[in-house]
Amino acid sequence: MATDIIIHDKKDNVGVVVIEKITPKQDCKCWIMEDDSSTDIQSMDEIPLGHKIAMTDLKEGDTILKYGHDIGKVVKSIKKGEHVHVHNVKTKKW
Amino acid sequence: MFITLKQKSGKLMEIPKSFLGYKRENGRAGTRNHVIILPVDDISNACAEAVANNIKGTIALPHSYGRLQFGADLELHFRTMIGTGSNPNVAAVIVIGIEPKWTKRIVDGIAKTGKPVEGFHIERTGDIGTVMKASKKAQEFVMWASEKQREECPISDLWISVKCGESDTTSGLASNPTVGNLMDKLEPLGVHLCFGETSELTGAEKVCATRGATKEASDKFMKTWSAYNDFILKEATDDLSESQPTAGNIAGGLTTIEEKAFGNFQKIGDCKFIDVLEPAEEPKKGKGLYFMDTSSAAAECVTLQAAAGFNIHLFPTGQGNIVGNPIEPVVKLTANPLTVKSMGEHIDCDVSKILSREMNLSEAGDKLIETTLRVANGRLTCAEALGHKEFVMTKLYRSA
Repeated sequence: MATDIIIHDKKDNVGVVVIEKITPKQDCKCWIMEDDSSTDIQSMDEIPLGHKIAMTDLKEGDTILKYGHDIGKVVKSIKKGEHVHVHNVKTKKW
Repeated sequence: MFITLKQKSGKLMEIPKSFLGYKRENGRAGTRNHVIILPVDDISNACAEAVANNIKGTIALPHSYGRLQFGADLELHFRTMIGTGSNPNVAAVIVIGIEPKWTKRIVDGIAKTGKPVEGFHIERTGDIGTVMKASKKAQEFVMWASEKQREECPISDLWISVKCGESDTTSGLASNPTVGNLMDKLEPLGVHLCFGETSELTGAEKVCATRGATKEASDKFMKTWSAYNDFILKEATDDLSESQPTAGNIAGGLTTIEEKAFGNFQKIGDCKFIDVLEPAEEPKKGKGLYFMDTSSAAAECVTLQAAAGFNIHLFPTGQGNIVGNPIEPVVKLTANPLTVKSMGEHIDCDVSKILSREMNLSEAGDKLIETTLRVANGRLTCAEALGHKEFVMTKLYRSA
């Protein structure tokens, strides 16, 4: 069963691209590892392998959840299907 | 010959009950049967290597330190030396140092295990005389050890250490969770487990602390991590955002230090740690998972874990770390298909099919258990076949 995006935990609001890249308007198959279930999403951006996609709309100040845990805060609002990375998410550490 | 375990999903699975190991005098079991020539200090390396060259089947463990160290740094040196000699993967030990006193301290420490050990010092004899005397003893030891046979040992005799390296997003996605899956399955069988990498848990430290089995273990972890963090804050001219994650990590898709730390943290599955160990400290609280305060550099970390008595190591990698250890076999796994393709001679267990969803995490965990047991039974690891013997002492501060 081919998959384009892997999501670790049911709680996560981001997934990770596991094919070479996804292109805008691509219908992607997602696999949620925690319970071995599936879901779909349409991408808004081109996103390369290993990078993250927003699984839901996110506004400034929201927390990004991956592995079911807080991995940083949204600093620029993100729409479902957009690329999530250093341009819109920052650490809460410093 | 199998134990049936009920998994979280309710599915039943069978795990072998035993492996073939070398039973040692102190009740531990080894997955290997090495006779080592252990130099106490840097200037005794030449002698140790000459003995290992003379006597086939022995290995020298040259390193860079052991002179003018003091305080906690010297204690760590002795703990690492004695622990390495005491590891059950070692059948017998020749210790060679420049001076008699420190040499004897290491010999006496190893002798507590009951295994054959003999020390030689170079002062007033010179290299050539020492090599001759030590070679005679080494020959006796290696011929004695060569008659040792593997015997059936319970799976609880496995002491498994873990550390990841050259990580990329495939590590957090798949190879680290595969190790976590193995831990979840083997922990109930009474194995000892150990993870480390104090620095690379930064960002996940509070969640890691909640995984202490007791309040005491959690507090000890936070104390250890805070000591590391205080050092970073003292030495750093800026925060670490320029260094962690690295430019390479960011290019690979890792956004924050927290994300990197949680990827690392996947290696312990749902297990809870029962105690926090000093570098190279032997666990004393029985079966279960331990956290050890270690560097995140691969060879340093594995050397410390081997010195604590761990007899088989699991090493998930993304981009392809190639580290090995002279006494503790290092089993490599990766989920990165490019790494499998371009440097497959370093990979003992390929779990890249997780990414294409042709394999789930539990199947990957089972595959890793199978590989681990084959290596425990004697199959050479890739790193052993390729001659990787990185033995790297951790030094805490400058010498006197």
